[in-house]
Amino acid sequence: MIQYIVRRTLWMIALLFLVSAITFGIFYALPSADPAGLRAGRSPNPELVEQIRHQLGLDRPLYAQYFDYMKNLVTEGDFGYSYQNNISVRTQIFQRLPATISLAIGAAILWLTIGITVGIISAVRPHTLVDRVAMGAALVAISAPVYWLALVALYLFADDIGRFPLFPGAGSYVPFSEDPSKWFTSLIMPWCVLAAAFAAFYARLLRSTMIDTMHEDYIRTARAKGLGERRVILRHGLRSAITPIVTAAGLDIGILLGGAILTETVFNIPGVGRLAYDSIINSDLPMIQGTVLLGAFFIVTANLVVDVAYAFVDPRVRY
Amino acid sequence: MALLEVDNLQVQFASEDGIVRAVDGVSYSVERGRTLGIVGESGSGKSVSSLTVMGLTRSPRTRISGSVRFDGRDLLTASDDDLRAIRGDDIAMIFQDPLSSLHPFYKVGDQIAEGVRAHRDSSKAQAWDRAVEMLDLVGIPEARKRASSYPHEFSGGMRQRAMIAMALVNDPKLLIADEPTTALDVTVQAQILELIQRLRNEFDAAVMIITHDLGVVAQMADEIAVMYAGRIVEQAPTIELFAAPEHPYTWGLLRSIPTLGPARDDRLVPIAGRPPSLIQLPGGCSFHPRCPFVREAHKHTVPMLQPVEAGSAHRVACLLDHATRRRLWSRLEAGKLPGEAREEVLPADNGQTRHAEAGA
Repeated sequence: MIQYIVRRTLWMIALLFLVSAITFGIFYALPSADPAGLRAGRSPNPELVEQIRHQLGLDRPLYAQYFDYMKNLVTEGDFGYSYQNNISVRTQIFQRLPATISLAIGAAILWLTIGITVGIISAVRPHTLVDRVAMGAALVAISAPVYWLALVALYLFADDIGRFPLFPGAGSYVPFSEDPSKWFTSLIMPWCVLAAAFAAFYARLLRSTMIDTMHEDYIRTARAKGLGERRVILRHGLRSAITPIVTAAGLDIGILLGGAILTETVFNIPGVGRLAYDSIINSDLPMIQGTVLLGAFFIVTANLVVDVAYAFVDPRVRY
Repeated sequence: MALLEVDNLQVQFASEDGIVRAVDGVSYSVERGRTLGIVGESGSGKSVSSLTVMGLTRSPRTRISGSVRFDGRDLLTASDDDLRAIRGDDIAMIFQDPLSSLHPFYKVGDQIAEGVRAHRDSSKAQAWDRAVEMLDLVGIPEARKRASSYPHEFSGGMRQRAMIAMALVNDPKLLIADEPTTALDVTVQAQILELIQRLRNEFDAAVMIITHDLGVVAQMADEIAVMYAGRIVEQAPTIELFAAPEHPYTWGLLRSIPTLGPARDDRLVPIAGRPPSLIQLPGGCSFHPRCPFVREAHKHTVPMLQPVEAGSAHRVACLLDHATRRRLWSRLEAGKLPGEAREEVLPADNGQTRHAEAGA
């Protein structure tokens, strides 16, 4: 098992190298605004732009730029400085990370609770009214774009502009360390909005997995042993059916940790997702690299965690 | 009074294509210390009847009628909670495929201990010890260590032993074994059957063994019921069933078993055709489309299960008369093909035969 983890970690490093090279390539291959030009401000004169270009090292050959970037990254953990505001990329990312983590983890807890509960209930009473209503609602939740849902939520419930002011509106996020209760209430709507589609998806997934599982022979054995139905459903049925949920949850959380761009934008939460979006608009290559590598890191790590977790969930799996 | 008495049990499932008459009027009984063998092809209703005894076929789409009396109690009208108390305690069941019948994610010892704690007031440690004790009893070496293993770490024979341990852990009065050896190698089969036999004697339990394998029931059962299309077509003490079978289906089963004895070019005589759909049973005798000895009347009259002779424990549901059947079987036993036997015993003239039957 340890060998397996070590091997996977080495692969992760190789993959991150590849990701950074591809990002670099894409940035220069695809049309984007000239970062020096953006930096120079309104109607700059050509010499100023040239000067900035030189300052940023943009006039050097591509491979040299890439090499320097990777050298700094590997030897000093230096992600470079933003073309926009010269602040260290690493500093900015770590500053924004807690907000994204709060958003992602909170939403995950919410969607797993709701999704699993609804999934079990639907699976145990298939084709009843409860089941049809739940799956119908799930379909709506999956189909609704998250930014639309977010805007509707704000329109209805935001305490500054909403029809039924209940929750803090967009832009009211504060870090946990500053004001825990404000932090919590400002995240309620973003959590609900982000969790909606996931909860629906997980409910449908668990429902179909559980329906299959409940037809397995070992469920018949459990009933033949005289176990109570609740025990049969939860400890025998759910225990088996939960494995795809574990996999999906790990991967989804991994992706979200790289930034839930749409939700962060609509609710104006200062997270990594928003940072990534801004850096693309500003052609801010170091920042783009930083956020992309962060996202890639989270996804690859999540994959590894999920694969290892699988061995704990299913004793037949051995590495 | 027998431990288990099933009387005219009928089980019907509502399906999209119609009503499936899985069990169509079945009666049998089992006593303590005795083994009843139920033999039949897939789809004969043998498994459904035993699952119904345990209450495992109850659902909104199932209609069950008749009576099932266990230790004097009617199980068909018992509440779900009452049945749950009986399952795994007084009546236990083992299934065909022990790999899929055991939960892959839990240790074997835990699964057995779970059965203990469902019915007894035991602590986890006590239940675990009991599980180890049972694993030892069924012949699993190093039981204490193996109890911490998972099902996929056992061999097929050991898994089935573990299932038997799980079933017997609460000293059941009745053990139902549904195809217990079908998924196992022949040598392991013999060991498992012997184990069941031994435990039956030790616990003085009643055993119901359900199988399609006549060799298994020959060894294990005191009495055999042959099922076809949801009904019992023949029922007799084992020795008598093999010595003097009286139903054409039973003849077909016996004649289609390959044996080591006769010459290699002796042909197996299969039963022509396939089992009927339980949604649309043939009229009259349900076996008539496949019976080599069918007469016109058999297509319209349903045979009842009746003793072959007055006072005999041997019962058969066939419209041919006793003497005719004896003559047919003596020829089949001598190696004649069904067609030949029919030629010799039943004249081609239908009219004459019907007179003979009416008079008999």
